[in-house]
Amino acid sequence: MQQSPISASAVSCFHCGEDCGQIQIQAHGKYFCCEGCRMVYELLNSKGLCDYYSFNQTPGNNQRIPVRSDKFQFLEDDPIQRSLISFRNDTQTHVSFYLPQVHCSSCLWLLENLHRINPGVMSSKVNFERKEATVVFDHHVISLRAVAELLTSIGYEPYISFHDMQKKKPVQDRRKIYRLGVAGFCFANIMLLSFPEYLGIDIKEAHLLNFFRYVNLGLSLPVFFYSAAEFYTSAWQALRHRFLNIDAPIVLAILVTFFRSVYEVYTGTGSGYFDSMTGIVFFMLAGRVLQDRTHKQLSFDRDYTSYFPIAVTRVNDTEQHSVSLSEIKLNDTLLIHHQELIPADGILTRGKALIDYSFVTGESAPVMKEMGEMVYAGGRQMAGNIEILVIREVAQSYLTRLWNRDVFSKEKDSQTSFVHALSRWFTWIVFAIAAIAGTYWMLHDETRMWNAITAVLIIACPCALLLSNTFTNGNILRQLSARKLYLRNAAVIENLADIDTIVFDKTGTLTTGVSEDVVYDGRPIPAPIRRKIATLAAQSTHPLSKSILQWAGESLQDVSLAFREESGKGIEGMVDGDLIAMGSAAFITGKEDTHETLAAVYLSVEGKFMGCFRFRNHYREAIPALLQELKQHYHLVVLSGDNPGEEANLRQMLGREAALYFRQQPEDKLDKLKLLQEQGHSVMMIGDGLNDSGALKQADVGMALADNTNHFTPASDAIIDAQVLPKLYRFIQLCRANRRIVMAAFLVSIVYNITGLWFAVQGNLSPMIAAILMPSSSLSILLITYGFSNMASRKLLPET
Amino acid sequence: MGVIMLLLLASISVAGSFLAAFIWSVKSGQYDDEQSPPIRILFDDSVTDKD
Repeated sequence: MQQSPISASAVSCFHCGEDCGQIQIQAHGKYFCCEGCRMVYELLNSKGLCDYYSFNQTPGNNQRIPVRSDKFQFLEDDPIQRSLISFRNDTQTHVSFYLPQVHCSSCLWLLENLHRINPGVMSSKVNFERKEATVVFDHHVISLRAVAELLTSIGYEPYISFHDMQKKKPVQDRRKIYRLGVAGFCFANIMLLSFPEYLGIDIKEAHLLNFFRYVNLGLSLPVFFYSAAEFYTSAWQALRHRFLNIDAPIVLAILVTFFRSVYEVYTGTGSGYFDSMTGIVFFMLAGRVLQDRTHKQLSFDRDYTSYFPIAVTRVNDTEQHSVSLSEIKLNDTLLIHHQELIPADGILTRGKALIDYSFVTGESAPVMKEMGEMVYAGGRQMAGNIEILVIREVAQSYLTRLWNRDVFSKEKDSQTSFVHALSRWFTWIVFAIAAIAGTYWMLHDETRMWNAITAVLIIACPCALLLSNTFTNGNILRQLSARKLYLRNAAVIENLADIDTIVFDKTGTLTTGVSEDVVYDGRPIPAPIRRKIATLAAQSTHPLSKSILQWAGESLQDVSLAFREESGKGIEGMVDGDLIAMGSAAFITGKEDTHETLAAVYLSVEGKFMGCFRFRNHYREAIPALLQELKQHYHLVVLSGDNPGEEANLRQMLGREAALYFRQQPEDKLDKLKLLQEQGHSVMMIGDGLNDSGALKQADVGMALADNTNHFTPASDAIIDAQVLPKLYRFIQLCRANRRIVMAAFLVSIVYNITGLWFAVQGNLSPMIAAILMPSSSLSILLITYGFSNMASRKLLPET
Repeated sequence: MGVIMLLLLASISVAGSFLAAFIWSVKSGQYDDEQSPPIRILFDDSVTDKD
């Protein structure tokens, strides 16, 4: 192994595929970008697992940032172990880890061959959709901590958060699918057994006919009592809240159909409508199942606990212990490692803190804290290890207080869909028709009265409306997620169609939050000095230095360099004979600059002031075009936690009517949202961080933006991939088309209903006509909804 | 008559066994992860296992 500074054409790492840059590590005739990647390769090579590299090119995960060796120490703690382990007996332990890095077939293969790396692992199985690996291991041979470290050593660091410890994962509700299966089974058999009657069975075999009718009755019982129970509970719950939802008339129709059919079979007057009843239950359940298919890989319910580590290091006099977050008490001293999240409010007692609060406040630049100053939960320490003295426990801290507000305890009302109102209208009309037909027959031929009334109720239940709604919703949800907008459930489609105000967060949503545009303002810098500035900037850990480094270009190799960095002030150094200093105004000029709103870094060469670097937020691509489009249709608002340095720029993009608010705390954002809603607006909030959580929850539609959907997003109604944010307006248009498609399908189904009613009011709706009308109306609804929604999504959002 | 009863019994029990198989397959979690099985089936059984 050797390090070779080759500056020729870019070489990509054999393991992770990233550009190796200037430092390349050569080993076994292959190039690696860092020691970590090489070590993973050597481990796999020594175990004969290099097939990993043959399924996909460069399948590995970048290992540039090494994982602290005692990071998983907390897994030796008994209560933590118990909360993570799903099963344990004398010989084996089962545990599931969430591995966000899983992305390709190589990952799957390697993770299922863990037993070849360590014999203590008995087997491992990956759930690709959930990005989870279930590992079965012998705890006499290998500890839980060692399993986590084994996964980390091959580049799949398990993500274990405070959330995993608090509650058990929800068991997937499969009841609806069983109900669908039973309904399908009964429907098909009843239909088969009804054919002899419809096709005209020989009169000599009347006893056989009666036998078939009773078998049908028997087969309809599981559907009536088990499969349709779904609708009974839903209708009953709504009725208890004095609300008539679409399930209520459907339940009425099921009851009427069933009892009339039982009566007909019992008295021998007819064969009943068992096939129509079971068929409609089957189709409606299928629609519901399709609509409810959720995105298993995404979680829409994350609160702060998913972000917090499961354990932190507590320092007692001389010893260090891993303790779980709930055990943290007042006056504990905690050791916060580099890049770790601060779990509770406290006072800095050791080390210098450079804390990135972007997570909590949306402020883009990290802040310096000296010993004795307050640090708040949710900040991420960016420079070395620090110690803090806890002054507020986790549940009382500044960040978590937001979750105690009542907006987080109430569920959003999902019963506002227009189909419920429409079904109520529909039901009254049906009742009226039934009453008219009933009165007519009462006057003319009393024997036909009940026949006509029940037939009207059977034929005209709003099943078609429910079907067209669920099938359209299900298909639109699928079309949207194929285009990387993931909605929590079908109700969000309608909410999204109804919004009139869009609220944006700034940092991380409109801007990328990572890279910043650097503008240099001052005397021209000669090229050699520019490279020296890059060399000096490369030495600093401050995030602004990274932006300067990007601006200045490549740093010099093998130069004489001596430098001194004062945290929070600046850096000063001799680079190849030139004295260069960069830092705050006070550090360079000796005077504070008071009227600067943008972050600025001053530069001096040989003690002479040259100029200063200003940092502008880097807006996401196509954001100006999107805002231009949206401002014609919506009231736009920006709620930023940052300072007003970008106001002029934003104003230009958003226009004069937009409302801009700066320095908004998470609670301010929530209150602003409430205010907008009280003014009668229907609001969508788009944000990315925990600081937007309150606003996302309060909004009619809370949309979380993610650069990578595997990453963590705050609780929301929708998750949108940052790549497709420019298409936002088209997504909304597709959601609006949803309602039109439902209505179109419903209108078509009314044609079938009228045909059926024609027979029903005359009191001669034969089971065969019902059996023809029901499936053909269901199938045409299915075709219309699928066709139209596919067409609409293809027109609005052509797939690339 | 008798033969129809027999056929009926046979057809419903066959269909019933399919229903049971369906419920079993859902219960055992076969539909929980639809992405890994199609990948998994393409892997060879440790050809390069040299140690």
